[in-house]
Amino acid sequence: MTAPPGTPLAGQPDSDPARRAPAVTLEHLVKRFGEVDAVSGVDLEIRDGEFFSMLGPSGSGKTTTLRMIAGFETPTEGRILLHGKDVTGVPPFDRDVNTVFQDYALFPHMTVGQNVAYGLMVRRTPAAELASRTDDALRMVQLEGYEKRRPAQLSGGQRQRVALARALVNRPRVLLLDEPLGALDLKLREEMQIELKEIQGQVGITFIYVTHDQDEALVMSDRIAVFNRGLIEQVGTPADVYEHPLTTFVASFVGTSNLLSAAAARDILGMDGTFTVRPEKIRIGAPEDSVATDEHSALGRIREVVYLGADTRYIVALDAGGELIVTQQNLQASSMEALAAQGRVVRLIWQRQHVLALKGGTTTSGEAEGAET
Amino acid sequence: MTAPGMAGEPDEQTESRGRRFARWLYPRRRAQLWLLLAAPLLWIGLVYLGSLVILLLNAFWAKDAFTGKVAPFDWTLKAFADILTKPVYAIVAGRTVLIAVLVTITDALLAFPIAYYMARIASPRRRGALVVAVLLPLWAAYLVKTFAWRTILQGNGFLSWVLSPFGIPGPGLDELPNAWLVLSYLWLPYMILPIYAGLERIPDSLLEASADLGAKAGTTFRRVILPLAFPAVVAGSIFTFSLSLGDYIVPDLVADAKFIGNLIYDNSALGNLPVAAAYSLFPIVIMLVYLFVARRLGAFESL
Repeated sequence: MTAPPGTPLAGQPDSDPARRAPAVTLEHLVKRFGEVDAVSGVDLEIRDGEFFSMLGPSGSGKTTTLRMIAGFETPTEGRILLHGKDVTGVPPFDRDVNTVFQDYALFPHMTVGQNVAYGLMVRRTPAAELASRTDDALRMVQLEGYEKRRPAQLSGGQRQRVALARALVNRPRVLLLDEPLGALDLKLREEMQIELKEIQGQVGITFIYVTHDQDEALVMSDRIAVFNRGLIEQVGTPADVYEHPLTTFVASFVGTSNLLSAAAARDILGMDGTFTVRPEKIRIGAPEDSVATDEHSALGRIREVVYLGADTRYIVALDAGGELIVTQQNLQASSMEALAAQGRVVRLIWQRQHVLALKGGTTTSGEAEGAET
Repeated sequence: MTAPGMAGEPDEQTESRGRRFARWLYPRRRAQLWLLLAAPLLWIGLVYLGSLVILLLNAFWAKDAFTGKVAPFDWTLKAFADILTKPVYAIVAGRTVLIAVLVTITDALLAFPIAYYMARIASPRRRGALVVAVLLPLWAAYLVKTFAWRTILQGNGFLSWVLSPFGIPGPGLDELPNAWLVLSYLWLPYMILPIYAGLERIPDSLLEASADLGAKAGTTFRRVILPLAFPAVVAGSIFTFSLSLGDYIVPDLVADAKFIGNLIYDNSALGNLPVAAAYSLFPIVIMLVYLFVARRLGAFESL
């Protein structure tokens, strides 16, 4: 999965040199709004044909970075290259990228058909080609027959599809998506995640996807960049980022924050520093249970039990200080049994290989990781 | 009346009566509406519509040729015949509509860039200052402003002083374009404010989407901004057009010209009320047609 940068993805021809150049290259990108640093030095290479997510909390600089790639914001410092060509000063209408906006930004005075055809219309595409490409785009998002409707007559999910069709109809080499599913309800969001991934596979366009939803990023992406305070903390495949978080911030933002530090780290692990154990890697045993040599263990008391349907989450207060969260699938346990565990003294046991050392002292990190994987 | 000894305590009797009334009223939507609207409806029904109806009736009543008084319920279409046969009425109506149209177009052309700057470019501070600046002339009396224009336009006034070094004489106070100039000046704020509100409602993302899809500034303006702001322009034009159509002081004071209002005034002053009433129906009909068209264009959502 972690091929070196520049390596083409499987199934794509290697012969075209433009294909081999990264779809997007960001070189020390900085954006300042007055006194505020929105983006404070981002280096990144996004491969051609990749589904790339920019993940981070609000204000982390991910949307500003996307808007600079689209051309809506001019970088204060740094360069943006699209397929090896410097486009830093190029206005949006001359860039071979299209955007799906968070609020969809459909033109309310135009029909669905006119919205989708807009990009072709302003580029003076011949009428016959315009009509057939508009039809194709609407079919791709399963909205054939909706040409004559107005955006106001559509549901949120349908508007989202129109926005997608309106961008894809131009056949850009890079598609930018700014939290496109943010306004949809959970069920629809999960359906659209799969559909977006399928569409991306069909058209083979590079997708750059901004989201604050870690699950979404993990489900859809080939690679993820985790943003924090205007910098990238880690770039990697979903498995990389989840299982080998490099910093405290990544560990707590992607997945449940389960940190051992200071006294607890010394007592339980015998090491100084900050460490994480994923909640599903921990098992709950009785205090007298024996511990194998390749395992760590800690005594604690179950402070709270949260029943989640398929899983149960146990919050355990450790005797050594701090808390660990343990999730267990409800394979046999009923909700009654799970909830009865509250207050019980337990021994938490996990394998040594699942303990990951983290950079960065508390919950944030000042140090950025580069784009290199 | 409360007993002196009970002062300070709430009057239980009236309080419970008030509560009882409130409880009775709460589920009765229709009664609430009547309470709210009874007074204004009475006013509109009697004073506003009543006077319009009397005006309308006057147009169909005869004038006693001997006494010059209106003869109620003596039905005739003579007033309308007068208006249709004497060319002065058609000429004045045409002149008034022409000036009202020109004023509306002028104000739309002037107001759009100003409103665009206010809504989409100016900083919040400057925007606030501009809104005040646009509203400020409305605080000055209409007559004061008109007389100020008289001093600018008159034969030996400011304009002729400015123009005299170039050998151009001042316009004087008997030129019809003066009415266009002064009316355009007077009603400009009524055009700026609706367009400003309309432009402010357009989300930035629509303009970004247009650019993103390949449209340059001119195309975005033509295809996105103008269609979305057009209802607001129509809304503003309702003000500029109707105010110009009804004006009779400006043409009299700066252009020495007759508008519809002047003929109505003259006729009623001469005691020819039926003709005045009949002629006043003309701008009313024009405005009704105008409002109907404006509604079809979506202007009422922009008011």
